[in-house]
Amino acid sequence: MKALRTVTSKSICWARSNIDTDQIIPARFLSTTERVGLGRFAFNDWRYLKDGSPDPDFVFNQAPNAGRSILVAGPNFGCGSSREHAPWALTDLGLQAVISSEIADIFRGNSLKNGLLPIVLDQAIVEELLAHPDWELAIDVADKSLRLPDGRSFHFHLDAFQQLCLLEGVDELGYLLARSPAIAKFEESHHAC
Amino acid sequence: MSARTLFDKLWDAHLVVAETAEAPALMYIDLHLIHEVTSPQAFAELESRGITLRRPERTKATLDHSTPTLPAGSDGELPYHNDAARSQVQRLRENCARHGVELFDMDSDARGIVHVIGPELGLTQPGMTIVCGDSHTSTHGAFGALAFGIGTSEVGHVMASQCLLQRKPKTLAIEVDGALAPGVSAKDLILHIIGAIGVNGGTGHVIEYRGAAIRALDMEGRMTLCNMSIEAGARAGMVAPDQVTFDYLAGRARVPQAAAFDAAVAGWKTWYSDEGAAFDRVVRIDAASVGPTVTWGTHPGTALAIDAAIPLARDAAQQRGIDYMGFSAGGTVAGAAVDVVFVGSCTNGRLSDMREVARILQGQRIHERVRMLVVPGSAQVKRDAEAEGIDVVVRAAGAEWREPGCSMCIAMNGDLVLPGQLAVSTSNRNFEGRQGPGARTVLASPATAAASAIAGVVSDARAYADVIRAVPQASAMPVGPAGAPTTAGVSA
Ligand code: SF4
Repeated sequence: MKALRTVTSKSICWARSNIDTDQIIPARFLSTTERVGLGRFAFNDWRYLKDGSPDPDFVFNQAPNAGRSILVAGPNFGCGSSREHAPWALTDLGLQAVISSEIADIFRGNSLKNGLLPIVLDQAIVEELLAHPDWELAIDVADKSLRLPDGRSFHFHLDAFQQLCLLEGVDELGYLLARSPAIAKFEESHHAC
Repeated sequence: MSARTLFDKLWDAHLVVAETAEAPALMYIDLHLIHEVTSPQAFAELESRGITLRRPERTKATLDHSTPTLPAGSDGELPYHNDAARSQVQRLRENCARHGVELFDMDSDARGIVHVIGPELGLTQPGMTIVCGDSHTSTHGAFGALAFGIGTSEVGHVMASQCLLQRKPKTLAIEVDGALAPGVSAKDLILHIIGAIGVNGGTGHVIEYRGAAIRALDMEGRMTLCNMSIEAGARAGMVAPDQVTFDYLAGRARVPQAAAFDAAVAGWKTWYSDEGAAFDRVVRIDAASVGPTVTWGTHPGTALAIDAAIPLARDAAQQRGIDYMGFSAGGTVAGAAVDVVFVGSCTNGRLSDMREVARILQGQRIHERVRMLVVPGSAQVKRDAEAEGIDVVVRAAGAEWREPGCSMCIAMNGDLVLPGQLAVSTSNRNFEGRQGPGARTVLASPATAAASAIAGVVSDARAYADVIRAVPQASAMPVGPAGAPTTAGVSA
């Protein structure tokens, strides 16, 4: 995983609530055995017109949003299945952070393992962000802060361990494997299964 | 020690390293289930790092999501939807062979949907931690196990270390008092609960379902209930084991047998919430107030009584949901014209579901407009149902009887609802396009699905209450002793 320390970008603003993982990447694209290149399937059923051309009304297809790496969305983002293909598809689109007032548990965990920062803020703040797509937002992982161009700054929650993983660009596997002696000791006295 | 909840006990018993402010806990995983869709990238990651599985015997594999539900053709070839699905299946075979993981392959008489076969084989047992790269792993909580879905990175973590990094979630008790009315099932109850607490109602929590109405459910009903905990945003759902649980497990292929079984039961009896144990939240539901429940929008939180008026949209998202479904505020879901009926999935693809549908379809024809698919959740469910003649009833009614798999629940294998069609489905998600691009899904119980198939419009199954009640579950229809499966060829 690549380290993620700061993100500076204008945001893609999409007020829609309940954007579920079946929309982020529809199930029929899960027959892949790869994890790269899934961005082309992201939001497939909303992104294209019947003739297969990009729908100009769809938020990710609008010119000002090209190259932006922060998505601000309505409540309950990422609900649904546990497919890690969802954050794989979003990071492949170039996203580095998702801001919403509610982000589903499993999606949140999956995102953090893939260098996509899920940020939960009060709905009132999210609504203000949604109204200002041209604000340049500055996210600092070390500070756990989101700074607005007018100087205001908001703190967001990020688990200390996950923060460290993001800052250092390490994944959790190495950490787990380093605990093999404790696991072996546990297994000696654990009989279930 | 002070009074602890069932969840607290499970957490404590699987703690390899306790959590601190700096680092999450290491939780030991007893049983890891995998399938073809969310495992290939995990195997690839491990191989690229030269890591092997720590305890391959604790991982079990099945094929379910992208597999065809039509039998092999005359050439012996299975009709895969596309090459990607075929190669995904082949990849799991190769990975399992290379890493020593037991696979219930297409020709195995134990194959089926991952959350159906775990309990059916007795792999799922009280007191276990169970994970799978699939959000409906919560199903297994019906046995008093801590069971939850994980992403593919975590699939790799479990393979490599048999552990997961976890922060301790909160606990939510859902107390369901009273009794469900005839014709009202566990599916109606869980839809009602999600409608009541919302799709975020359980976020950050593990739910324990408690109370008289829960105790009165058979194991299959408890599985249906726990299955959809994720739809309320919860990490997991569970029911404390009791005699119903032990009777279900007795004689299953992978549980201890004879005297060893009695010893296991003695251990399983310790998995309950102590008297006076404190939950972070408690929600009370009166079972008597639950009727047949369906969804009117495009997420499972839009559940309401089948004959209740669809509410006015509170916001643009709700309006979009109503519009997408082609409903209108003030109308009812009952009466909407139905194109497709799907009975199956890890929510309602078990023998009791097949029986309920067959009781209603017995001697009836489905409406001429309706295409109805009945897909058993596993090879075992299929065999048991066929032994009772359920396939004959289903076919005689004009519905299709299929091979086991996820099928139209996720529409990855070619079984799908066409754009604009309205499906009444016993599965668990009604997201836009979940059952195929443009598909409109009404979530419902098997009884509602069967009644709607006959009428051609979404219909109240209470009209069939007498038929449903006439044959008490799990006793009148012949199965093995104590409902034990006949898993010939599956060794313990
Ligand atoms: S039946 Fe549906 S919900 Fe269950 S495991 Fe299969 S795809 Fe997932």
